[in-house]
Amino acid sequence: MLAITNLTVGYGRTDILRDLSVTFTPGHITGIIGPNGAGKSTLIKALLNLIKPRQGQILLNDTPVKSQLNQIAYVQQRADLDLSFPIDVEHVVLTGVYPQLKLFHEPTPAMHDAVTAAIDQVGLTDFKHRQFSALSGGQLQRVFVARALVQQAQVLILDEPFVGIDLASETQIMAILRELTAAGKTVIIVHHDLNKVTTYFDDLVILNHGVIAAGSTERVFTRSNIGQAFSEDLGKVLFIEEVNNG
Amino acid sequence: MASIQAFITGLSQYNFLQTALLTSIMVGVMSGIVGSFIILRGMSLMGDAISHSVLPGVALAYMLGINLVIGASVMGVLAAVLIGYIADRSALKNDTAIGIIFSAFFALGFILISLAESTTNLHHILFGNVLAVSDSDLKLTAWILAAVVLFVVLFFKELLISSFDPTFAQAYGLKTTFLHYGLMVVLTLVTVSALQTVGIILIVAMLITPAAVGFLWTNSLAKMMIIASSVGVVSAIVGLYFSYTWNLASGPAIVLVAAFIFAISFLLSPKRFGNRLFKGGVSDEA
Repeated sequence: MLAITNLTVGYGRTDILRDLSVTFTPGHITGIIGPNGAGKSTLIKALLNLIKPRQGQILLNDTPVKSQLNQIAYVQQRADLDLSFPIDVEHVVLTGVYPQLKLFHEPTPAMHDAVTAAIDQVGLTDFKHRQFSALSGGQLQRVFVARALVQQAQVLILDEPFVGIDLASETQIMAILRELTAAGKTVIIVHHDLNKVTTYFDDLVILNHGVIAAGSTERVFTRSNIGQAFSEDLGKVLFIEEVNNG
Repeated sequence: MASIQAFITGLSQYNFLQTALLTSIMVGVMSGIVGSFIILRGMSLMGDAISHSVLPGVALAYMLGINLVIGASVMGVLAAVLIGYIADRSALKNDTAIGIIFSAFFALGFILISLAESTTNLHHILFGNVLAVSDSDLKLTAWILAAVVLFVVLFFKELLISSFDPTFAQAYGLKTTFLHYGLMVVLTLVTVSALQTVGIILIVAMLITPAAVGFLWTNSLAKMMIIASSVGVVSAIVGLYFSYTWNLASGPAIVLVAAFIFAISFLLSPKRFGNRLFKGGVSDEA
């Protein structure tokens, strides 16, 4: 179980997240939603040990995450990458085993097999030797999901994975994530599209500089919580729509 | 051509020409390798800055009678640290920090060299004088080449992932800062060995231009480094030939040959042009 207790993080003099406590259940897909600037990216950076918390701790199975960073796989936003880098699909996926490799060690044959299997699982076998920059948005995202699979981590964090990708890729990625949670992994998705919240997430964390609400999606995804985190209006619009649809 | 024959005859007759050629070839190889990482990390300006910042180290080494490599490395790394410090601790952008530090270091080096009143010719440090390379310089260059190759071979996967996807590298606990400064040290070493072949001012051309040619022709980092090194070697040989035949300054001759190879590559690699266009708007079909 991934547990955050009393976490305070920030930059300079400002705290972005204050006294945040939340747990993520293995075998569940947890969505993190919140308005722009709510601290979603900051929370992820803290989970990945990319910024130092001012207070609080992050434990995975009762051990600090800091000491087991290779147990967290991270699929970042596509926009953050240098797409012109001279590397092919297979090699990008292969970098997923680097966290398990010590200095001066080369990937083993078993690792190469795992790479081939992961590429097959995301349906990109025909694109194995394709230059990275010659892929569509959806294909790129599947490459990074394949890399995360190869990492064989207990926790998988995806930052806005469905922005600007095709529906087929989105469906395929969700199916793979379901397989992972069925195998007991913890999956965390930072998400901005409130429409798919109820279909995608078992659990939900609604964030705005702290936890507004957290728990099973059914219980937490309510008009008042959304109203509190985003705005009254959004809460009204979103849930009136739902009533109409129903 | 008679002049090529004269160059080859010269090579067999004159020890200084052999030394010059060997040194230039080794510098071509190592600058191709290091330059590939420099351009992929978007650090071309940093490469220029570090090579210029080595000047006060060279001057101090002459004045104090210590090893050139030590003086140059200390100053090169100091400049890299200061640039990083200013960029991290203020709202100033990285290139502003680079501009301030490297011009200051270069100015300091200029003054120190004139104070040193040594027989060292400033012009030769700035633009190279490959025909005056001594046997001990040749040995030093060979050692540096070995060190550079060893560094890149040993840390290849770490250099690759920290260049390609620094967030991923940091997230699994890779010491990316350590690698950055390691690369800066390697860069100062390359600069030291290139002092006499192309000189401080033009070393950046040997780092960037051959690597850019490699980038245009391949989609694999390893191949890119091989192409870059080959372009570096060919430029060194052909440049030296022009330098010897028409009594031109060796550094600028080598750099111009590299630039010519780049120009041809740029015109003949429409594939990369297509990719570049593609990069701006990645399409979304499955």
